[in-house]
Amino acid sequence: MAVSPDGGPVLALAGEWQLGRPRPAVSQLAWPEEAQRLRLDCQALRQWDSSILLYLRPLWEECQRRGIAIDLDGLPPGLRRLLVLATAVAAPLERDDLTEDGFVGRVGESSRQVLVAVLRVCSFVGELCVAVLKLLVGRARMRLCDLITESAKAGYQALFIVSLIGYLIGLILAFIGAIPLKWFGAQIYTASLIGIGMLRLMAAVMVGVVMAGRTAASFAAELGTMQTNEEIDALRCMGVPPMEFLVLPRFLAMTLMMPLLCVYGDILSLAGGLTVGVFYLGFGTVEFWEQLVLTTRLEDLYVGVFTSWIFGMLLGICGCYQGMNCGRDSAAVGRATTAAVVSSIVCMVIATALITVLTVLWKI
Amino acid sequence: MAENTTSDRNSPPPPIEVRDLTMAYDERVIIRDMNFVVPAGEIFIVMGGSGCGKSTLLRHLIGLMAPAQGWVFRDGVDFWALSGAEQDRMKRRSGILFQGGALWSAMTLAENIALPLREFTRYREKEIREICELKLSLVGLAGFGDYYPAAISGGMRKRASLARAMALDPEVLFFDEPSAGLDPVSARRLDELILALRESLGATVVVITHDLASIFAIGGMAIFLDSGSKSIAARGRPQELLDQGSNPALLDFLTRGERHTRLPAARADGSSKV
Repeated sequence: MAVSPDGGPVLALAGEWQLGRPRPAVSQLAWPEEAQRLRLDCQALRQWDSSILLYLRPLWEECQRRGIAIDLDGLPPGLRRLLVLATAVAAPLERDDLTEDGFVGRVGESSRQVLVAVLRVCSFVGELCVAVLKLLVGRARMRLCDLITESAKAGYQALFIVSLIGYLIGLILAFIGAIPLKWFGAQIYTASLIGIGMLRLMAAVMVGVVMAGRTAASFAAELGTMQTNEEIDALRCMGVPPMEFLVLPRFLAMTLMMPLLCVYGDILSLAGGLTVGVFYLGFGTVEFWEQLVLTTRLEDLYVGVFTSWIFGMLLGICGCYQGMNCGRDSAAVGRATTAAVVSSIVCMVIATALITVLTVLWKI
Repeated sequence: MAENTTSDRNSPPPPIEVRDLTMAYDERVIIRDMNFVVPAGEIFIVMGGSGCGKSTLLRHLIGLMAPAQGWVFRDGVDFWALSGAEQDRMKRRSGILFQGGALWSAMTLAENIALPLREFTRYREKEIREICELKLSLVGLAGFGDYYPAAISGGMRKRASLARAMALDPEVLFFDEPSAGLDPVSARRLDELILALRESLGATVVVITHDLASIFAIGGMAIFLDSGSKSIAARGRPQELLDQGSNPALLDFLTRGERHTRLPAARADGSSKV
């Protein structure tokens, strides 16, 4: 730092200032005592880009801190304007999320948010129940064509993926089951394993997981996008209840289609098990079928179908709830979709545990 | 307080009256103690800078958001004291053009217009088709009934949304930033369309906007929302406000900040000291 004829300090900026090249630090400057104004001299400055601003901005802040005025007249006009823009202080925004709470405050706030979320879910389910009741008495504003369209999306359009997964899961379960059963010469019980395992639970869970990732996520994305585009507001403004017009057909479609898909998944998974039984374990088709019928009860099928019916309701609620409560930006749609899949799977696991325990206790 | 509030009991109540309205998101107050009346058959403009609460006010007026304090009267009746079904009936007496159009993307333009007609009237299907064609032709979209919203331009989408807003022949039309996202020519055409429809239909029109060209083109009574004072900072006709207004925030807004906002580098005295 040099000294000007009037005795004030002068900072000379020279050479090329470009990003990627080393630049000096403001902290290395030796500040003269009692300086009141800093002049900048750019006569030897050749090329510059944002690099020089990355130096001048902290220099400006340091001058502010020391109470020294900077004379910018020596800067090239373009650089001067950029520095003025870069050092302008925006008016602070009033934000709710910047409050500095202590640990207890944060725990309290988190608890409040959880409580609000629980109340919202309860309110949503309550409204949905009212919509179903209105449908039963013929007063719901739901279009039959929407129910058919959503049923097609949740039903036959999912057949390919359910076929593939169902057949392969049956195949895998039979292969894995056959290994220990072979040790005891009981490989014929592979048919029982497939029958009880798939019909009672596995097919329902498998179809549930597939539909959570496929259809519940799509409900959340569709409704979330409608929320973002104000399409749901437009419905509300016309006095069309979105719960009846948008949520009800999706919920009913999932509730009706899931048991059917589960039965379809049962058939395909049995086919997978049969493939292993015939081609790997060497049983005849009739032999495999007889063992299956002998050890598998009709109640196993009923439990599986009932479970998938419950799953259908849960997936419909989770997908639609997340979509209807989506924020109003595109990132929120992504979050809603993820939350729909995660909450669907969590709800399904909890429901499975409950149904399994209850059916065992009640000896079904 | 659920019934007739306006001063003269012999005259019909105004379509919209706002009294002591405070708008807030949780604890954060947006605007407090607002009072204004929208006279029947008039154009009423709500203007203000970004983030001042214009769209929040619209949500209060159209019944999407309940006041933190105060009242919104529709036709002299406290809207939020009505039952859900009565609120829905009241909502159907107004049409809304949302900022992005908000057309239902899974439906064609004709289906968008037909939906409220099918849900809330007993018109025959042939009549509904005719009404759809008429409404589309009123906004210059005759023959576009079979198009999906994604297949048309932003300006056309807004006009189609206006056609949908007019489907039930509403008494009040709300416009949220009608010119936002449109090129100047399309924006001017939409302004002209708003004026033409208002004159033809005799509907009350409420326009929420920060677009100066639209504000001066549409005219009408206006209120200016100021986020600094969290209140209505001025009211009157836009040109009068520009000529006679004294509120600095209002004058900054109406002159695009040219009144006294300059970059420090270009100050009138030529000084460029920071």
